[in-house]
Amino acid sequence: MSLLTDEHKAWIGQTEAPITVEISRRDIQKYAAATEQLQDKYLQGDEAPPMFVFNLFSEIPRMDQLRADGLARSGASGPKLPLKRIMAGGTEIHQHRVIKPGDVLTGTRRLVDMYEKEGASGPLIFMVRELAITNQAGEAVMEEIQTSIAR
Amino acid sequence: MDINALRAGDVLPSREHTATNVSLFMYNAAVWNHHRIHYDETYTTEVEQHPGIVIDGPLQGDWLSQVALNWLGDKGQLLKFDYSNRRAAYLGETLTSGGSITAVDAHSGTVELELYIKNAQGDVITPGHAVVQIQR
Repeated sequence: MSLLTDEHKAWIGQTEAPITVEISRRDIQKYAAATEQLQDKYLQGDEAPPMFVFNLFSEIPRMDQLRADGLARSGASGPKLPLKRIMAGGTEIHQHRVIKPGDVLTGTRRLVDMYEKEGASGPLIFMVRELAITNQAGEAVMEEIQTSIAR
Repeated sequence: MDINALRAGDVLPSREHTATNVSLFMYNAAVWNHHRIHYDETYTTEVEQHPGIVIDGPLQGDWLSQVALNWLGDKGQLLKFDYSNRRAAYLGETLTSGGSITAVDAHSGTVELELYIKNAQGDVITPGHAVVQIQR
């Protein structure tokens, strides 16, 4: 039996509202410390490591918008999935420009695919989202294609 | 870095990472991820039925990207990078990141890398790839 209905699949191709983020040196420094970076340019916050963009272009949910698992309830920006336990699947990035403090970046996310597979421990739903990041000059900074798995 | 001196099969430096409660707290605070499987052990094992606190997949992705970035230093740019979280890793595990060169294109100045994160049993749990541009 298929878990994904036509209502779910109608979300494929839909674009979420763009999110604009100001990049601060301190946020880069925190990320660099937490990820055990070795290079001074990251530890001093002169440049952001490429994976710094993970979760950067997500809405900051309020407390009353969180589910029991700590994740945000799916709002207007995505389908309500019949499977609720979410795991990271993988990521692909294409980097055009490095990110520096003071950059004002806009990320626009689009659901590019959603499909199911039978896993070893039951059904899985794969969600593939593409994030296009541009800077204040309108130049392409990065594309990120991210897969998350619901089980 | 002289691209003409690089060969497919050259091995990049490997590195060990052992996440702790503190390091996972720092990472999840830095990326603003409040999923309980990264800090609430009772919830993680009893409700989501993992064997322990889950080491974030994207954190492993960062460690993997660092194999390329730390090898490259200021001698070039990362153009493309991908990874897949094939198997979960849990607090207490020591993971090893590393990689090797799979292709060198001296004409375009690009080098392709194959990257891995292995667990203590030697299984690749997070494979990845990178393409870097070497400065001329």
